Amino acid sequence: MGVEIRAEGLVMTYGDTRAVDGVSFTVASGEFFGLLGPNGAGKTTTLEMIEGLRKPQAGTVRIDQYEPWKREPALQRRMGVQLQASSFFERLTAREQLDTFGSLYGVAAGRTDEMLEEVGLVDKADVRTEDLSGGQKQRLSIACALIHDPDVVFLDEPTAALDPQARRNLWDVLRTMNDSGRTVVLTTHYMDEAEVLCDRVAIMDAGKILELDTPAALVRGLDAPVRISLAPGTITVETAREIAGGDPVVDEESALTITTREPSRVLTQLANRDALDGLSVKGASLEDVFLELTGREYRA
Amino acid sequence: MRPLRSLATAMLKGYFRDRMALFFSIIFPLMFLVLFGGIFTDDGASKADVIQIGHVAILDDAPKEAKAAYAKSLGIHKSTDEAAALRKVKKGDADALITQKGDTLVLHFSRADPVKAAELQGQFQAIVQAANIAVTGQPPKFNVTTQQVEDESLSAIQFYTPSLLGWAIAAGATFGAAANLVVWRKNGLLRRLRLAPVRTSSVVLARVAVSLAIALMQAAIFIGIGKAFFGLQLTGWWPMIIPLLVAGTLAFMSIGLFAGAISKTEEAAIGISNFVVLPMAFLSGSFFSLDGAPGWIATVGKLLPLKHLNEGMLDTMVRGDGPSSAVMPIVFLLGFAVVVTAIASRFFRWDD
Repeated sequence: MGVEIRAEGLVMTYGDTRAVDGVSFTVASGEFFGLLGPNGAGKTTTLEMIEGLRKPQAGTVRIDQYEPWKREPALQRRMGVQLQASSFFERLTAREQLDTFGSLYGVAAGRTDEMLEEVGLVDKADVRTEDLSGGQKQRLSIACALIHDPDVVFLDEPTAALDPQARRNLWDVLRTMNDSGRTVVLTTHYMDEAEVLCDRVAIMDAGKILELDTPAALVRGLDAPVRISLAPGTITVETAREIAGGDPVVDEESALTITTREPSRVLTQLANRDALDGLSVKGASLEDVFLELTGREYRA
Repeated sequence: MRPLRSLATAMLKGYFRDRMALFFSIIFPLMFLVLFGGIFTDDGASKADVIQIGHVAILDDAPKEAKAAYAKSLGIHKSTDEAAALRKVKKGDADALITQKGDTLVLHFSRADPVKAAELQGQFQAIVQAANIAVTGQPPKFNVTTQQVEDESLSAIQFYTPSLLGWAIAAGATFGAAANLVVWRKNGLLRRLRLAPVRTSSVVLARVAVSLAIALMQAAIFIGIGKAFFGLQLTGWWPMIIPLLVAGTLAFMSIGLFAGAISKTEEAAIGISNFVVLPMAFLSGSFFSLDGAPGWIATVGKLLPLKHLNEGMLDTMVRGDGPSSAVMPIVFLLGFAVVVTAIASRFFRWDD
């Protein structure tokens, strides 16, 4: 169970743009690996080269001993894919989709019920895919990717365009995915998703990998200050400045915020003044790392 | 085998659940069959409506056999109001007015329908000539008998069943292949299948099998309805339509493949298919016989797969020709399929 993926110096150019520009990384067997980046960063193209949909113009990909672009059935039987779009046969029910995909992989018919159970679609088994909600479609397409119990799974933005409830619901499905030692590679542009699901994350932009580490290490590496927010009117701005020492204080209508690298000192003083009601402390998240690396300006 | 079979099953289920596809590939062409089969039941010739004013000896005193003969093509009503009858002819409510002035028969007609006018004049000339000969008491020296060159059984339904069936198959196979290709490319299923341990040939063969099944079903329904309700008569070698249908379906699928390969959206693919199939059906004589059409239409028809399919089916299914008459159409259709598929594959993309 599980496979090792090694990508080295991957390059893919479309016209003048280098969509992927020298990407190298390895994914260990059983690892949950995330490719993170803004739209157009080159995540999907990178994933397509790893899956074998595109042959790299330069560099190599190996999944165990296989070169995926050769599309060898022996590898494809061990590989599950969920593409960006919901790729289904028209006008078939959830059960029929699973049966059809199952038979492409030579899977016994009983697997369909197991998968419906696993992704919580038992009561939607006889509903046509056109009539499923966005979240149900994504769960079904993940079930289709897992129908043959693959050793490695590729997920391309599985939670794109889902509402927050549906996303969290889907995370529950995804989180258990590599419990059995399966290797999982996921692309996303949601930081929280990568933080919750991935063992390691590669942050990509403009076709290059900018950082690659565990989410926690990336956040620590940012060495970002902590934001301590107080409900308005708890203490005066003057008091806050006094407590903060030299650290910046921002007084807004909704909150009074102290940004500091010495949270324990600030919090102790606030506790001494009995000003902890309605207080919130926020450390850096992967989103901060991401914005730090890729810039904050809006890109259309 | 199993992937091929399950892909074909999935496609076939999708087709039967698509009410629009079912309507346009089966119900719509059948509506034409019922319409044309019903309109042209007795070879188009309808009775001429003639108003007779006063006594016309030649008609009224004719022997029984003669009366029965002209009653087949003439519907004669008597009237006394000559002015009103003339108005009716002018307005086209009646085809002619006949009176007798002395020994002269006077026929009023309208040129609005020149064919009918000429027919009526000829008919009355003949009636008068026959009466003149009868007066002499001599048997006529010269006689004429007529013989139609076409098989006399080629009534409307005999012509329309193969011709409209050809159109139905062309539409079904073209639209099916075009829509299938665009939808699967757009929703990513083509890419998804590329990453499954399925050969591309299995995917293509599954689509071919489904299109063939649909074509055979169309043929069964058309022939069944033609026989059951319109007196369709099949001639000896009619099973030769099966290889003809197979070759025709492949040719039309190649058109659909081309339409699907160059289209970005399903709407565009259907539009291009329509743009090809409908004029092709007209120029191939699916809706009416092109025997009297100008030569250039026949020349264009020679390049169209549907024309070859229609001719092959007419020859074997209703004209009573031997199986060899299907050979050339099959060769042309297969050749067409190979050439157009080769062109389509140059435009083919796995994804957008």
